[in-house]
Amino acid sequence: MSDGFQIIVGPQHPALKEPESFTFTVDGENVVKAEVRIGYAHKGIEKLAETKTYIQNIPLVERICGICNVAHTLCYCQNIEYLYGKEIPRRAEYLRVIIEELNRIHSHLLWVGVAGHEVGFDTLFMLVWRDREVVMDLIEAMTGNRVSTALMTVGGVRRDVTPELEQKLRKGMDILEERTKYYRKVVLDERSLLQRLIGVGRLTSAEVVEHSAVGPTARASGIKSDVRSDDPYAAHDEVPFNVISYDSCDLFGRTVVRVDETFEAINQVRYCLDHMPSGPIRMRLPNTPPRGEAVSRVEAPRGEDIHYVRSNGTDKPERYKIRAPTLGNLSALVEMLTSKGDYQVRIADIPVILAGIDPCMCCMDRSVRFVEPAKDREWMLDWEQLKQYSRRN
Amino acid sequence: MAMTPEVYRNLFKKRATILYPFKERELIPIPKGLRGKPSFDLQKCIGCSMCLRVCPSETIEMIDDEEGKRPKRPIFRIDRCTFCAQCEDVCPTHAIVMSNNFELAGFDRKQMLLK
Repeated sequence: MSDGFQIIVGPQHPALKEPESFTFTVDGENVVKAEVRIGYAHKGIEKLAETKTYIQNIPLVERICGICNVAHTLCYCQNIEYLYGKEIPRRAEYLRVIIEELNRIHSHLLWVGVAGHEVGFDTLFMLVWRDREVVMDLIEAMTGNRVSTALMTVGGVRRDVTPELEQKLRKGMDILEERTKYYRKVVLDERSLLQRLIGVGRLTSAEVVEHSAVGPTARASGIKSDVRSDDPYAAHDEVPFNVISYDSCDLFGRTVVRVDETFEAINQVRYCLDHMPSGPIRMRLPNTPPRGEAVSRVEAPRGEDIHYVRSNGTDKPERYKIRAPTLGNLSALVEMLTSKGDYQVRIADIPVILAGIDPCMCCMDRSVRFVEPAKDREWMLDWEQLKQYSRRN
Repeated sequence: MAMTPEVYRNLFKKRATILYPFKERELIPIPKGLRGKPSFDLQKCIGCSMCLRVCPSETIEMIDDEEGKRPKRPIFRIDRCTFCAQCEDVCPTHAIVMSNNFELAGFDRKQMLLK
């Protein structure tokens, strides 16, 4: 603990309705030090995954994150397919890209709305969210649910795109493109928005590399890192797209990157609809994958999502490990929230900087550190202790 | 001020929301293939327990069949259901079909039993 006046923000509702706690040391209006404390929403998903079969785990993995559920299920299913060593039908891979990009459109538009709300510009929030309903309806028509898509399965996808739905998707993409063009203009021109975004939440490209930030946060600092182009999965090796990056290293850059990525996503959906091969959408695989381990990476709307699985030859995974993108961005967030040199962080800018990495704290909490402040003691449970605690007596 | 014209235009537009649940219920767009409350046809069921094996949330329980036609028969605890529709996909006789009923709030979990 350092000297100075401290403000504690959270764990209830700091900017976003998610539990995480921040301790800010302030000097007047400036934040001189930020400490983050996470671990309030440890859900035990990894442990639960070990008690369920591979097919039962798909809806579980989907519930790691509501907004990027497609990225997590895609990462999971891909991972299990790596265990089998099988390639799924090409049409299924195209369908996976379509739903993944629809998910990205919905997530990025959601973020633009949230950013508007955090800077006190609720008109933008209302209008963006109204137009976001277009993509939500398309996801619902394609999968049967607005948010939890449940489209992925091990070996392919569960529903096909009918010609009727294809027309709907094309029409929806046209509406979304027109509206996103308008919002791009707003983001670039609206004075009240620019004043709250330019120069706020600075993160240099050297800091991105040092803190291994991922996703739009890294791309807004000029680092062109995107799993879709670095290590193509599904049909991304065929579907062309530009890796959007911006070099302003601030919140404005993050906003522009997200808006421009929405255009790229719209074009990818169109390309997939135009060039979709015919054939089956699903390959039947046996219930038990062979012994082994696999790692799979997917570019979620928030950044790189990593899943690891170890199979012992039974119908349940022996170990499942998830690294959600927000964990990669968290130490960079502390950097953004600390004033240094000519870069000053104001207290009023805290919420929008927090929202700037598009955090998903509940997706990220994977480990717990126990703290006993009275005795100044900190400890973690090791693997054997965790196993002991998890056994039912 | 880039948004001012848009804001004025919206003053004269129809509202984007629906006055759910008291009015305009019929305006809710329900797409074909919505994953709502599962419906179950006992006559088609052969008691193979496939649905039990794919259910992620222990919604399905196999009990003794009162008719004695099949080895076991499923009952559904809808309060636990995640509406993933994996049981619908796997059912060999299409006894389980997801309906488009999504208004499932209730006060008593015990009443949310589908037989």
